[in-house]
Amino acid sequence: MAERDRVDRSSSSHSMDKSITLPPDEIFRNLENAKCFAIDIGGSLTKLAYYSTVQHKVAKVRSFDHSAKDAAEDKLYEISEQEEITARLHFIKFENAYIETCLDFIRDHLVNTDTKVIKATGGGAHKFKDLIEKKLGLSYARVDKEDEMTCLIKGCNFVLRNIPHEAFVYAKHADSEFRFQNTHPDIFPYLLVNIGSGVSIVKVESEDKFERIGGSSIGGGTFWGLGALLTKTKRFDELLQLASKGQHTSVDMLVKDIYGGSYGCLGLTGDLIASSFGKSATADTEFSKEDMAKSLLHMISNDIGQLACLYAKLHNLSRVYFGGFFIRGHPVTMHTITYSINFFTKGEVQALFLRHEGYLGAIGAFLKGAEEDNPNQYSWGENYAGSSGLMSVSPDMNPMQRARSGTFDMLEMDRLERKLVNLPLLQDPSSYIPDTVDLTEDALAREYWLFCFEEALDGVVKRALASQPDIPEATERAEKFRQKYRHKLQTLRHQPFAYGSLTVRSLLDTREHCLNEFNFPDPFSKIKQRENDMALKYYQTIVKALELLSWEEKQFALVRGVLAGNVFDWGAKAVSDVLESDPEFGFEEAQRQLEERPWLVDAYDQWLERLKGPPHKCALFFVDNSGMDIILGVMPFVRELLCRGTEVVLASNSGPALNDVTNGELQILTGRIAEMDPVIQLGLKEDRLTLVQSGSSSPCLDLSRLDKELAQVVRERKTDLVVIEGMGRAIHTNYYAMLSCESLKMAVIKNSWLADRLGGKLFSVVFKYEVPPGDKHQSKDPVAPPTPS
Amino acid sequence: MDKAKSMMDKKGPAAPFHHVSNGQSQRAPSFHSHVVLNGGCNNTGTSNNACENSHVLHQQQHHHNNHHHDDAECNGGSPAKRCRLRRRTDSTVKRHRPPFPWFGMDIGGTLVKLVYFEPVDITAEEEQEEVENLKSIRRYLTGNVAYGKTGIRDVHLELRNLTMCGRTGNLHFIRFPTQAMHRFIQMGRDKNFSSLHTTLCATGGGAYKFENDFMTMADLELLKLDELDCLIQGLLFIDRIGFNGHPECYYFENPSDTQACVKKPCSLVDNPFPMLLVNIGSGVSILAVYSQDNYKRVTGTSLGGATFLGLCCLLTGCETFEEALEMASKGDSTNVDKLVKDIYGGDYERFGLQGSAVASSFGHMMSKEKRDSISKEDLARAMLVTITNNIGSIARMCAVNEKIERVVFVGNFLRINTVSTKLLAYAMDFWSRGQLTALFLEHEGYFGAVGALMELLKTSEEQP
Repeated sequence: MAERDRVDRSSSSHSMDKSITLPPDEIFRNLENAKCFAIDIGGSLTKLAYYSTVQHKVAKVRSFDHSAKDAAEDKLYEISEQEEITARLHFIKFENAYIETCLDFIRDHLVNTDTKVIKATGGGAHKFKDLIEKKLGLSYARVDKEDEMTCLIKGCNFVLRNIPHEAFVYAKHADSEFRFQNTHPDIFPYLLVNIGSGVSIVKVESEDKFERIGGSSIGGGTFWGLGALLTKTKRFDELLQLASKGQHTSVDMLVKDIYGGSYGCLGLTGDLIASSFGKSATADTEFSKEDMAKSLLHMISNDIGQLACLYAKLHNLSRVYFGGFFIRGHPVTMHTITYSINFFTKGEVQALFLRHEGYLGAIGAFLKGAEEDNPNQYSWGENYAGSSGLMSVSPDMNPMQRARSGTFDMLEMDRLERKLVNLPLLQDPSSYIPDTVDLTEDALAREYWLFCFEEALDGVVKRALASQPDIPEATERAEKFRQKYRHKLQTLRHQPFAYGSLTVRSLLDTREHCLNEFNFPDPFSKIKQRENDMALKYYQTIVKALELLSWEEKQFALVRGVLAGNVFDWGAKAVSDVLESDPEFGFEEAQRQLEERPWLVDAYDQWLERLKGPPHKCALFFVDNSGMDIILGVMPFVRELLCRGTEVVLASNSGPALNDVTNGELQILTGRIAEMDPVIQLGLKEDRLTLVQSGSSSPCLDLSRLDKELAQVVRERKTDLVVIEGMGRAIHTNYYAMLSCESLKMAVIKNSWLADRLGGKLFSVVFKYEVPPGDKHQSKDPVAPPTPS
Repeated sequence: MDKAKSMMDKKGPAAPFHHVSNGQSQRAPSFHSHVVLNGGCNNTGTSNNACENSHVLHQQQHHHNNHHHDDAECNGGSPAKRCRLRRRTDSTVKRHRPPFPWFGMDIGGTLVKLVYFEPVDITAEEEQEEVENLKSIRRYLTGNVAYGKTGIRDVHLELRNLTMCGRTGNLHFIRFPTQAMHRFIQMGRDKNFSSLHTTLCATGGGAYKFENDFMTMADLELLKLDELDCLIQGLLFIDRIGFNGHPECYYFENPSDTQACVKKPCSLVDNPFPMLLVNIGSGVSILAVYSQDNYKRVTGTSLGGATFLGLCCLLTGCETFEEALEMASKGDSTNVDKLVKDIYGGDYERFGLQGSAVASSFGHMMSKEKRDSISKEDLARAMLVTITNNIGSIARMCAVNEKIERVVFVGNFLRINTVSTKLLAYAMDFWSRGQLTALFLEHEGYFGAVGALMELLKTSEEQP
């Protein structure tokens, strides 16, 4: 909605008065609960940061007391939606012209008056200190000026650590201009080249250790100042626009102007600039503004790039981030800096840029002010619903919004309950990419999935409404959700790079964020409940039937069971249509739908062979859906592992997403199954079956952001097998994930387009069993298969 | 590693001398001399002229190597050795000396640098034989200090009474804008230069660019030479012979104290290597020089002399380098540049930046009010300071990366430009905390042309 609002107003932005009324719902959200303000006032933009507590609904499950006989009715557990308070960081960027309006607004809406100190940074902090103190009536409070560079570094560390795909490489002529980088598990050391009016080059070695190793006085101020003198153009943005239209070759002296061609023996090509503005010393001709601006841009970008390379080389650093107002989202300068770095390092160093570069100072100032809350001890996640995304206000991207006036850019970050870390079993954490297809680069796939999500929107709205049947205003909220998500999809259609690499995962996560935003915390809670109840009734039957099979038959039946269970997925339209129309569709039918072997990806024989070997020490199982999937598919499989002598760690989502089973639900389910099944009961009792939460609330799985406790359990138990189940976790993500132990990826393709792409058809099976190179398990002396119990 | 290797490679086999007059050892000496100056030698009679023919076969190397294989020696080595060399090579001199006139030319992006050797030991016999147009050239060049509208002879740089290739004479230094190149070629045609059968040795980009014009317009064939090779040869040569009895090289004592900062002569001769050679012409080239013919181009920047002049012309309407420098000398760059203290009110202590340091070149010009009230002099000064500091900064980083402590600045940007030389000296000293020394040379921009001339004297010998 923020975007929509922006678009609407931009059309009238030319005539817009500066005393606009702010759309408070969107721009200063949760202001009434705000505390810990920080402000970064730059040359033209103000960045405001605050911390708020957000009250929103969360779905909770609570087990009925089954010892009391009267409660032993159909339902296994009760669902409630409770209000919960979580912490959120808000960052807003707007033109300095709005600073008074914004301060007034804050004063009028701020309920929490605990705020006594405002941290301020940036060049304008001095200038506006009095205004801030006066406007906010902080007669007993004060504005603390914080060191600019320290704030910048703190902010940079924060975004690099907490926002996946924060950094990107800019490639002007590539299919997708933005190539997002995987966040390296260790973000240090790096070089930050901040191009403000001058240039500062800072080497950052750890959270608290950084040093300004150099700099240059030739920076953005030089481009602006000299550019204004040469072209009589006042604004920085206009100068960049001029530059993007100019030809530098009429102003610069090129190698070929001196040599008549290239300077071959030095490998200097003829087009290289020998002397910037060299032709203006002799030529009598007048130069166009555009050409001069272009020449100036090249001169300054090349110079900065050269210095950055010299410093990177001297300090042996390969990660070089560029920021400052000279860069800030301007494709023109990102391109020239990238070019320069490529030229001077012969491609050895890549220029990196940051999606939230403009917020670094404000984030850093905020972090300094919020030290008592110790934000760095938590993990944070970018909230796609409340963030406007890259380039939302860039004049280059959106010519309709030539002037930035009236545009507010936002970033919101949610404090996550749990600290997130890498799965210790990743073969190479620095090269791990969760997502299988980058829709930013794959235009065809992008088209399909955007269409697919748009088409599914009505169904999601309906489901959301159904989850809150007794709340009248739910209709209104559901409608708002629809608009917001549809708008996000539209934005992504035009700017696939808005939130980093576009993936099926990011589309799913954005939807979850939007649902949460409008207080639909768990639209599938009732469906999940019903299906869990139903599946539980069959558990014993299934287990008994399995016991009758021979060892080999049983192994196959167990795998088929997991696959059949995985068919029950409300996230897949092909399935939800069936489930919607045929409530009787059951486990048996699902098994019949399965593809016969050989499967699309079929490593079953190797898996069976492996099972004949010694048991695994410990298996980590990432589970998928509620109901049939977890109870009739996964649990018998887990049971068999336990019987083999393998410890099992079941990892489920911390929060709800689609009909995926949550940790809360799984606790209750496992408890009930234990009552029926001594194997599970013993497993729990002996701590050989452990339930952990993944730290995620996504239908997909990012193995680089998992609950810290999970990582610890995995390490302690010497986990040697990872099982990943379902489309979201094993196909859309992690299909190519390389683990340092054995892994099993199982899924049923419940989307005909995707099946087509993979060369299969609807309900094709992927059964991928992988052993890391050098692993000796396979070649060990064959051991007699254990006697079936 | 490559450097060390190629330096070793240098000691390749030396070709035997073609003529040995007195039957002395034919063993090649460890250094070869074909240009001996009268500076330190006792030059009486005719036997003082040493112009020997020697060339060393080189192996192909990773780094740039000069094609020169001869040391131009003044008084290196023991006296006995010098003596031996002189005698041994005496008889070769006349036979292989190139015909006059002797020129070396360096055609840059902005300026053409010309060195002309004027023989002063012309005998009556020679004078009679001398063809008219050769005489006319000599008289024209030596009889004037300005040529046409834009040609200038830097009289103060003239090297007097030196001996090259067995002849004694004066070396003249002449420059004119590259834009006037076609007029120069026409003059060559008018004076029927081609009839003199001399080789025109030229370096710089213009040697390539104008090669065809020389041929078609004046029937002159250029011998094209690499500009960096020439630069280093010329520089080492001039430094060795000195500046009419004074050292060619100088530095600034107390560079950080404007009051006590004084120019001090010095010499590179004893141990010039390794040196970082920063040549500031239209653009800038930075070379790491490890020996007379082992060097590499480290980097360069397009922010050079022509950038200063070009931007000055655009900003102030001036037309010449002299005008620009004159304005700059009267200006105050702090009205144009934003200093650290303009932003932080004082020093930026967290990062150890002094308040007087420039934070943003032309940073004040972001403000319209300041743009409207700024003087041309201030703009010119700021331009000069910006370009100079930037070159200093890049040079310093290169010196650190290459682990070289001696930084030699040359090129015509430094001509009559004490603002820049002092600033560079200060910048090197301050930012390196005294580790780096900035050195300058009196013949700033002429070394390429000198190197070209030396090549003429050498190449001619190779075709006996």
